[in-house]
Amino acid sequence: MTEFSDYIVELQDVTFRRGDRIIFDRVNIRIPRGKVTAIMGPSGCGKTTFLRLIGAQLRPDGGKILVNGQNIPELGRDALFRAREHMGMLFQSGALFTDLSVFENVAFPLRVHTDLPEDMIRDIVLLKLQAVGLRGAIGLMPDELSGGMKRRVALARAIALDPQLMMYDEPFVGQDPISMGVLVRLIRLLNDALGLTSIVVSHDLTETASIADYIYVVGDTQVLGHGRPDELMNSDNPRIRQFMKGEPDGPVPFHFPASRYMDDLLKGDRKA
Amino acid sequence: MKTMIDRVALIGRSGLDVLAATGRSGVFLFNALVGRSRFGNGFQLLVKQLYAVGVLSLAIIVVSGLFIGMVLALQGYNILKDYGSEQAVGQMVALTLLRELGPVVTALLFAGRAGSALTAEIGLMKATEQLSSMEMIGVDPLKYVIAPRLWAGFISMPLLALIFCVVGIWGGAMVAVDWLGVYSGSYWANMQNSVQFTHDVLNGLTKAVVFAFVVTWIAVFQGYDCEPTSEGISRATTRTVVYASLAVLGLDFILTALMF
Repeated sequence: MTEFSDYIVELQDVTFRRGDRIIFDRVNIRIPRGKVTAIMGPSGCGKTTFLRLIGAQLRPDGGKILVNGQNIPELGRDALFRAREHMGMLFQSGALFTDLSVFENVAFPLRVHTDLPEDMIRDIVLLKLQAVGLRGAIGLMPDELSGGMKRRVALARAIALDPQLMMYDEPFVGQDPISMGVLVRLIRLLNDALGLTSIVVSHDLTETASIADYIYVVGDTQVLGHGRPDELMNSDNPRIRQFMKGEPDGPVPFHFPASRYMDDLLKGDRKA
Repeated sequence: MKTMIDRVALIGRSGLDVLAATGRSGVFLFNALVGRSRFGNGFQLLVKQLYAVGVLSLAIIVVSGLFIGMVLALQGYNILKDYGSEQAVGQMVALTLLRELGPVVTALLFAGRAGSALTAEIGLMKATEQLSSMEMIGVDPLKYVIAPRLWAGFISMPLLALIFCVVGIWGGAMVAVDWLGVYSGSYWANMQNSVQFTHDVLNGLTKAVVFAFVVTWIAVFQGYDCEPTSEGISRATTRTVVYASLAVLGLDFILTALMF
């Protein structure tokens, strides 16, 4: 494995448990370099966990997580923080630093990791904010921004150091159609213009399928299937078909497991 | 029988949880304080926290110190008067403040004012993923967020305790000398004769340093280790005040037994 392997991230037989619950059971996923790869699946299937495993914010119970050939869980604290300088992550909430202005938020990675002079930092911040269309908001505080704007500022901050790998955690959740359209376009545009590798974790099917080069569908502790969006749309696997077509019932049942409906009704006023 | 075994298991589990939390807090403290920060602006971060933790606590410390000094003088005067020793009220106020009330009350107020604020602030940063995003930017929150707050607490609380004592002694003088008519020379001379720098002032300061360490450690750890929900932050803030207060009072007994 070299730094120039075709795959920037490789999960090899990764197992992860939360308490007694198994989230991933010997999962194998490979993220091709330079592409937009989507990780999709129903809520609670471990999509965000997947990103946190790559960023080593969680440690697996077994298996290897290779990023640029380095097994991330084995890295020491300092080496890990250095490795993270090459990754960018857009959190669901944006996670802007609330005591810093938009300018200072985007300048933060540059200030802590570089010795660039102030005027150059200002130029880079302006470039990044221009890329996400928010140069005009440079003097605002995070609480003066809408949800969509916060996410775009967070995106500008995440790409401030020109990372090799960008990870998006549910970027489309809670966005109005215009903001969603802007984000969809930005993810694809930034990936191609900056030569990044992007991982988009989402359950928003249409938006994600429109920009992804490759999709992994996860669920039930396993990778249910993977392929190009058009291949998955026509998949024979009933679980993948149910997810891709958004059918309410199927292999993934509509009802949470419960005792017989009639038994529950006949219990009268006794609590379940 | 089963219930009995369940209870024993519950006690065992609680014991293990306490041990695990103690271990986590030790590793947390080590990682925050040991090793140099890679970030050049550490001093600026410290100054900002000294202001938030220390300067903003001044008002409550000064006002409390003033009233406690005044009450001590009033009570001391009433008791000592019966024995004709009201001239010793200065000595009593100074020794009580320097040895006990200065460090202890400052620590309790500090836990309530600054400790709870530290826990809530760090807990909220965790709940809003600010700490996670900092990690993903390649910045260690233990060095960038936690360490400046720990040092600010360690530095500012002993200074606040000294200010508390000075203001308290001055408040005592206002009541004893200006109001109750104790001779000013007796108030200050008795104090000067009886207070020893090493035995009283330095021992009091040592207590303040120990309390500062414990209270700040508890406050930042509770924030960092809390469950990232509104309920979790609320529980962590309460725990900070309760644990820190109990730790201060327990340690005060041990330190007093060792020192005096």
